[in-house]
Amino acid sequence: MKSKLSLSLAALVAIVASGSTVQAQQLSGAGASFPAPLYQRWGAEYSKLHPKVQVNYQSVGSGAGVKNFTAGVVDFGASDAAMSDAEIAKVANGVVMIPATAGEIVYAYNLPGVDSLNLSREAMAGIYLGTITKWNDPAIAKDNAGVTLPDMPIQVSYRSDGSGTTFVFTQHLSAISPEFADKIGTDKSVTFPVGVGGKGNEGVTALVQQAPGAIGYVEYGYAKNNGLKMANLQNKSGNFVAPDIASAAATLANVTMPENLRVWPVDPEGANDYPIVSFTWLLLNKKYNDAAKLTALKEFVNWGLTDGQKFSEELGYVPLPAPVVEKAQAALATIQ
Amino acid sequence: MSASNPETPAITEVRVGPDIFRVLCWVASASAVAALGWIIFEIVQSAYPAMSKFGFGFLTSSAWVPNRENFGVLPFIVGTAASSFIAILFAFPLGLAIAIFLSENFLPLPVRQLIRFVVEMLAAIPSVVYGLWGIFVVIPLVREFGNWAVVHLSGVPLFAGPAYGNSMLTASLVLALMILPTLTAISRNALTAVPKTLREGAYALGATRWEAILGVILPTAAPGVVAATILALGRAMGETMAVAMLIGNSSRLSWSLLSPGGTLAGLLANQFGEAEGMQVSSLMFAAFILVVITLGVNLVGEAVLRYTQKQTAGIR
Repeated sequence: MKSKLSLSLAALVAIVASGSTVQAQQLSGAGASFPAPLYQRWGAEYSKLHPKVQVNYQSVGSGAGVKNFTAGVVDFGASDAAMSDAEIAKVANGVVMIPATAGEIVYAYNLPGVDSLNLSREAMAGIYLGTITKWNDPAIAKDNAGVTLPDMPIQVSYRSDGSGTTFVFTQHLSAISPEFADKIGTDKSVTFPVGVGGKGNEGVTALVQQAPGAIGYVEYGYAKNNGLKMANLQNKSGNFVAPDIASAAATLANVTMPENLRVWPVDPEGANDYPIVSFTWLLLNKKYNDAAKLTALKEFVNWGLTDGQKFSEELGYVPLPAPVVEKAQAALATIQ
Repeated sequence: MSASNPETPAITEVRVGPDIFRVLCWVASASAVAALGWIIFEIVQSAYPAMSKFGFGFLTSSAWVPNRENFGVLPFIVGTAASSFIAILFAFPLGLAIAIFLSENFLPLPVRQLIRFVVEMLAAIPSVVYGLWGIFVVIPLVREFGNWAVVHLSGVPLFAGPAYGNSMLTASLVLALMILPTLTAISRNALTAVPKTLREGAYALGATRWEAILGVILPTAAPGVVAATILALGRAMGETMAVAMLIGNSSRLSWSLLSPGGTLAGLLANQFGEAEGMQVSSLMFAAFILVVITLGVNLVGEAVLRYTQKQTAGIR
């Protein structure tokens, strides 16, 4: 009996050992929740092409992603807010920030009977400052000739959890309104003087969907997939631009990439640029000790930057413009 | 005696068993206590920077502004207390009525058992399911009531507009349902523990059923019912997910039940993931306050419950 058991144990060990000689390469990542559907799709598609590579991306939030990446518990991180210079200094193996995809933030609203809404820069900030409280406020009405705006209170919705979406959103409003910059400021979680908070993009989406008179800021993909109406926003040159992939691509095409690839089109200047667009970054080390892992990781990211971009649009992301892809590939090539 | 007994060696061998068992039990219970101590130690350690920076002002300041490193939890303490008390306001009459109904013989025993089972099953529904149910069922109802109340009860600060669906009222209503099983089960135990002799005595003196319930049974069981209420309050204060989904997570203080509010538990659930530096420390401070409040409430509840059991034991 005993010898039988040890025999079968030996067989088991042999099976396990032979399994490991196939050498599946595990790539683990963690970070921002906004690009998570895309990264997870990349992982699934890439494994179909390269069955030996398994990509495991955990959507834990940008802040936690940076923490995990800095601690070295994951092979790559991901963040909507990139990494600050102070954060980069803490990483022993150095940091390469690769813009991987981009997103746009929309003003989603729920007003029965109003299918098109223009929001001026004044109105965009005023709604979140609590100075514009009714839908038929002159500040909104003057840009919407021919639209009957109801005499309804505006139910402002925001993100109650810390998020890169809030960071990009408040960064833009701070840039266009000194009052907003002074009273609210820019951060992943801020305190708005009005409104109600929902947890996650899906939380804000639900708030807007349910309440007539509601408005909220969410990622384009969430608004589009849930059939929410989206306002046309006034950009720096004064035009009202509808949020879609083309207008966001116009914004990205005008961005000049710096050396470290960390840049925000805070207040884009082009005539047809959609005003609130942001890259989201993959965080990689400058040096990896495991050569096999390094090769697999570089190949995966390179695939994401090229072939992977075609999944962007259907998931509501903005594909990277060609010059950005080139720069990202060049940065990727420097990793050893 | 042991020397003369031929079976002594066997007995000493048997004694080893219970000793190991006793040690195991001791380790198990000590580790539960140690875990609580460890948790509190960790929380205090991480909260220390915020404690030394904000001190007592943390409790009285109503500004929670992460990007200005300005932290105060008064709105969340008020929100935690308010949502739990309002929940008790709804749940207490209902829970007590159910408990009385289940402890009397209005219906045959199997039917009462079934009702009791169903009420206690409410405790088994996950918090997030209550949250979703609240979003799809309670929020539309509260919004409609709110729109009506803002017009017809204008001037009452509790119903000041604008009316939001995600509000203190919504969260309190769902909390009331969530704490109903706790309230009902413990109250029912207290009521059934009332000695038969008391009940029979009341009837013998010519009391009707209602006179017996209100005049004799309820007063005797009162401390138990109070304990049930306090323990339910403790549960309501610590409730996180459903509240975070329904209360609207705002840090503004408002008298209106139709305005969004916030609770300590909801604040932690919302902001911990992306917090950094002083914000983490402040969240830990908030967690410490929550632990102190809920531990305190539960200790009082337990104490009252113990006291009751002693009292009724005396009557028996």
